[in-house]
This record gives sequence, C-alpha cells and structure tokens, in this order.
Amino acid sequence: MSGGVDSAVAAARAVEAGHEVVGVHLALSRMPGTLRTGSRGCCTIEDSMDAQRAANIIGIPYYVWDFSERFKLDVVDDFIAEYAAGRTPNPCMRCNERIKFAALLDKALDLGFDAVCTGHYASIQTDAAGNRELHRASAWAKDQSYVLGVLTAEQLAHSMFPLGETPSKAEVRAEAAERGFSVATKPDSYDICFIPDGDTRGWLAERVPATAGDILDREGNTLGRHEGAAAFTVGQRKGLQIGTPAADGKPRFVLEVRPITNTVVVGPKEALAIGLIAGSKFTWTGLPPEHPGIAFDCDVQIRAHADPVPAVAQVVSIPAPASGAPDNAAPDSGRTTELVITPREPLTGVAPGQTAVLYVGTRVLGQCTIDRTVSAVPVPSAEAVPAAAEPALVAVPAARA
Amino acid sequence: MSIYLDHAATTPMLPAAIEAYVDAMSVVGNPASIHSQGQNAKRMLEEARETVARSVGCDPIEVVFTGGGTEAINLAIKGLFWARAPRRGILVPGGEHHATMDTVEWLERHDGAEPGWLPLDGTGRVDPARVADALATGTDDVALLSLLAANNEVGTLQPIAEIGELAAAHGIPVHVDAVSAYGQVPIDFRALSGAGRAGSAGGGIVALSVSAHKIGGPVGIGALVLSRRASIVPLIHGGGQQRQVRSGTQDVAAAVAFAAAASALGDLPARNVRLRALRDRLIVGVRSAVPTAVLNGPVPDGSNEQRLPGNAHFTFPGCEGESLLFLLDAAGISVSTGSACQAGIPEPSHVLRAMGRSEAEARSALRITLGRDSTDADVDAFLAALPAAHAQASRAGMNDRVSTR
Repeated sequence: MSGGVDSAVAAARAVEAGHEVVGVHLALSRMPGTLRTGSRGCCTIEDSMDAQRAANIIGIPYYVWDFSERFKLDVVDDFIAEYAAGRTPNPCMRCNERIKFAALLDKALDLGFDAVCTGHYASIQTDAAGNRELHRASAWAKDQSYVLGVLTAEQLAHSMFPLGETPSKAEVRAEAAERGFSVATKPDSYDICFIPDGDTRGWLAERVPATAGDILDREGNTLGRHEGAAAFTVGQRKGLQIGTPAADGKPRFVLEVRPITNTVVVGPKEALAIGLIAGSKFTWTGLPPEHPGIAFDCDVQIRAHADPVPAVAQVVSIPAPASGAPDNAAPDSGRTTELVITPREPLTGVAPGQTAVLYVGTRVLGQCTIDRTVSAVPVPSAEAVPAAAEPALVAVPAARA
Repeated sequence: MSIYLDHAATTPMLPAAIEAYVDAMSVVGNPASIHSQGQNAKRMLEEARETVARSVGCDPIEVVFTGGGTEAINLAIKGLFWARAPRRGILVPGGEHHATMDTVEWLERHDGAEPGWLPLDGTGRVDPARVADALATGTDDVALLSLLAANNEVGTLQPIAEIGELAAAHGIPVHVDAVSAYGQVPIDFRALSGAGRAGSAGGGIVALSVSAHKIGGPVGIGALVLSRRASIVPLIHGGGQQRQVRSGTQDVAAAVAFAAAASALGDLPARNVRLRALRDRLIVGVRSAVPTAVLNGPVPDGSNEQRLPGNAHFTFPGCEGESLLFLLDAAGISVSTGSACQAGIPEPSHVLRAMGRSEAEARSALRITLGRDSTDADVDAFLAALPAAHAQASRAGMNDRVSTR
C-alpha cells in the first residue's frame, strides 16, 4: 500500500473477495542529511501514514517493510548506471521486476502469503488450459500493463490486480470516497519517486561525472563539443550548441549517445525513425510463443503511454559478448539469443535502455530491454559508421550480482 | 485472543489510575489560581507530587512534572549542558535510548557539544573502570554525564551509584535515565544523589528521569527528579511554574493518575520474585524451543541479579526480528524487536551494536517483556507459537537487503 488511492481500493476489494489481506507499505528511500540512518523523508512518512489510515478503515493489519537498501542497489543505482552508459532506463519497471514482484513477493511467500496484490490497472486472465495471461486493463487510458511486462509466469502466478476491470480512475476515486479513505482525492504520482522535485536531469547531473567530448554527424565528422555525453537524450534538439548549421539548413537531433567513446551523434529528424530494435535481455509474460525462432506478428509498445505499433518479432541466435553475459546466454556455448523486433512502420522516440513490450491483442506477450536500434534511414556515406556499430552492450557497473 | 508481552513499551493503565484520572478531570481549577478552586487543584497536584517523590525517594520539591520521559531527558541533558557552559563535553555510554542519543547528537551538531562515548561490555554494562579512565583524562571541559539506570532493550542494570560517586569526585553532574528501571527495581534518589554529601556541590547524580506510563499511569506525563543543588536552564519558558524549570499550566489530572500508579508499586523486591520466576521460565522455554537462540544481557543468577526482572531479550540467528514480530503478531502475540522504530520499521539494534555484535545479530533481536498482569498462560502461549514462527522466519531468512538477481 503506497499511500495512494489505487492500492487502498485494491486492498479493500481483495478483502471483499474473501482473501486474508495484510497491508504492507514499502519503505524505499533514505533521505541523505538526516541524523539517524534509516530516517526517511517527510513525504514518505506522510504516504506511510495515509496507507496505514486506509488499512485501519479496511480493518486489516498493516506493516512497513524496509526494502530501501535493495531499492537503492536494484533500482536507483541501476538507473544511474544505465544513464551513465548512455541508455534511457525505466526505474518503475525495474522496481516491479526486482522489488515489488521479486523482493517483496519472495519475502511474502517465505512468510506464508500466497500473492502480492497491487493497485496496477491490468488484468490477469486464465486461458482454456489454465495458464495465466496478463492483459491490458479494460480502461485503456489507465492501462498499466506496460510496466508489468517484466513479470514472468512464476510472478504472474502470485499476482493480483483487482483494479484491472474498473472502467475509470474516477470510479476508483468515487469508491475510495465511499469507503471513507482520506486518500480519495490525493493526486496521482507522476515523477520518479526517488527524485523528489521531479528534476531528473539535475538529479542525474549530480551523480554522473561529465567529461567533455565530441559531437559527430552520422558520417563521423566532428561538428562540435559537448560537456558530457550522458546528459543527452535520443531525440533531443535543444542545447546542442553546434556553431555551424547543417548543410541543408534543417535542425539536427541527437540520434545516438555513445558512452564508450563519449561521443554524441546528431543528424536530421528523419534519421530518428527506427526500423529495427533488438535486445538480449527478454522475458515472456506467461506462456512463450510456440515457435519464437520463427517470425511472428505482434504489436510493440516502447513507452508506458505510447501507442502499440504492429510489428514482427523473432528470437535469433547471436554471438555472446565477451563479458556481461546477458540473461539468455547458454553457458559456454559462445552464443546467446536476441529478440529482434521490426515495426511495420518506423518508430520514433526509441533509445537503448527503454523497454519494448510485445502484445498480441490485449495480451502481454513479453518484453525486452532495448540494446540497440537501427535507423530506418540509411547513412548517406559508405564509410559511415552504422548506427548499430556500437550497441550499448558494455558491462555496466550496475548492482547486479 | 491477544497476548501482550511488550510491557517495556507501555504497560496497561491500572484501574485505580484510570479512576483517579477521570475523577480528577472533572475538578475545575488551575493550580496557579489564587481562589479556593485553584487552591484545591494545587492541593491535589502537590499530594500527587508527594506520592511520586516517595516512589523515587526524593523530596517533593525535587519532582518536576514533564510531558513524559523524553521531555524529562531533554530537559536534563540540554538544561545541564547549557547551565555548565562553556564546558562542552558530555560523557555518555553507547546503547542509550534515542531520547538521550539524539539529544546529545543534536547538541553536538547545533551547540558545539563534544560527546565522549563510553563503551559497553558484552552484557551491555558500563564498566565503572572505563568511566574512571575517561574521567582521569581530564574533566575541566566535561559538562555532564548521562546514563541509563537499566537498558531498555537488553535489560542490563547499570552501576549508577558507583558511577555517580566517580563523577561526584570530579564535580560533574550526572543525569540518570530511569524510565525503564522505574517500577521495576527500587530507586532511592536521596541515596544516589548523596544528599548532604560534603563537597559534592553540583556534582554526582543530580537528575533522574521517569515516566508514568511505564508503571501503569497515563501516557503524557513523566517527571525529572532534579536535586535542589542542580542548576539547569529550562527548555520551556512561560509562567514560571515548577521552580521556573518547566513553565506551563500543570496537568493536575495526569499528575493524580501518575501518583495513583506510583502508590500502587508496593514492595518491588517481593513482587519481582514472581516476575523473575516467570521470566526465567520463559528463557528456559525459548532455549528449549530454539536451541540456537542467544540470550542477550546479563544471565539471571537469582541472587545479585543485574537484569530487569521482566526482561528477556534474544537474538535468533538467521531470522529477521521483524519477521518474527510479524509472525507472532499474526498468532496474536505482541512482542518487540526492542530497537527504535522509524516510520514503523525496526532499525538494527544500536544497543547490540554497542555491545560489539554484528549488524546481522542486531537485526535478529526480539524483546519479550513481562508486566504485573503477565501470567503463566501468557508465557505458555508465547512458547507454543514460537517454534512455527521461528521456522517460518528462518525460511524468509536475512536476505531482504541483498540483491538476489
């Protein structure tokens, strides 16, 4: 129970469905600069109190579980490391993958619970053979199945999302008010929870050392200098500070961030169109496709609120990188697998580090963390470095054991 | 069914205290008013003060009522520190209650205090020889010494009389945090403070904190026993009540209820015979149910016991104390990890850390504290629930904070 309205209503519905329910609030952050280790910011204490008041009203026991150290290692440090490696991570997905449906679920199962129930807007359905499937919420506007794409069959078997069939958020708020929850009108949370003022760039700038480097065009020509590659995002137009205009006079956009050489590649807007995305860290949400090695039709969604786009996907065998063996590497085979997704129309706003979630209709099929992208627009010059020549496949000093 | 075994956190209010509280609340009158109704309120207040004074062996004028133990401790430490300016040193053992630790650390950050942390031995005891060592290194800059009479987590009784004498010899005032000892073991402030001792001036034990709700009185009132010879700077300014030390209209009803609980303490040594026997049965039962459990604090030896009579404190290697607490709660049994809570999360025990134990051990602790109402059936219920809770908590293990992926 986060202290928000969704988890409060989810808990109440779980009780009414006949489950034995215990409210658990996750303590996830530690504010620096306080005297006692373990001291937390006032906003977190307020959230915790809101959650407890809702639990009181529902009439269920309530506890706070401290996952702040794991959260720091698995989510915050990972976020910083991914960013430093030139990628665009999604910390909410990391939190679902490693905290809510991993650390929390593991502890809960060990302590005798059966499932984790959250206020996510997504739906779990069971197919004819009894296999659990994750589907979009019935209200697409609130659908959160994207951030749950990281769940595996095992995690799905121990998850409950009582809000999945609710027509609208307004209905959840009305129900919360009816139930007497003080959080009925509490605003939704938008920003990354561990960046209190919402200034993600500023927060990251304090934590990732910046080194000046070159800004290149797609052909490899140096156009200018930057103050630190990690500060740039694919698709960014402003703040490039390139003195000479492009030959065609059109604005230039960041196409690629290359942390190894500390360079930023810029080019015309058309070059942002991505014709292929691929990643070696992929999972299936429930049953995998019958023949993942044979190209199959699906839809791909690359951000929480992006539209799904028709695509063809396929698992292919690739040489394993020298270090940092990805999840699907077979031991000692020297090869690993990669999920390659070809959208039927080029996608924009795609960057390595983001998660591509695959759907079949409303069903979430699986997901992969994007390692590399290929522009739909070929590089004009023959000697040019292909866009995918330096995929961000380096081992990052992330906190993954 | 709910079994309460967390009497050190707070203990049920005595029926006599509730009755006295309610009766006194219907009496109108500010004890500072001059008219007859004010005087009546004042009479009730001063009778209460006399009763509380008797329970700690001091003169009534030495009892300063506060809003609780934490306020009393803040008043003693900050008040003595400020009164002893420009001295900056505060001698204080590790493993004190947070009311002391955080006050000392606040003074360090904001007021130039220089804490001198005194070590604890493996049983949580402050060795007077180490205090003597600290005093031998020079005392000109020491403002005060503050220590617990009994550790609230592991129940260790401290040699306060001996340490008080050592400090008195150097003219250093001592505050004793007796919140957890009060109502458990006899306290004789007159003897501790060496009243009438020649040449002690403002040194030795001059202040002692107690709280009403630890003895069956209400939450929200405590007292600082403050020797006449102590000089102190107040925290709260206003109407000048209580020797100008603690301004604010005095809470007559709470004081009366406090006194009702204090007068019901009776003969502690006699009462403790039963409590110790019950506690010792609990300790034997825990060791038999979970042979790996480690009793923390002094081993009860029956004769010259160095441990609070109602306190049992264990580490359960390989278990989170928090998990045990949760599982026992689900079984209807209320216990504590003993350590401080921040936003509902037990912290690793800083007391065990100060006793030289590891971080893992400091997270594996469980405190079971008995009170005057505790019965054999309560202990039996705890011992019956423990094996299953322990088995389950062992399964959950200690890996909460370690990434497994």
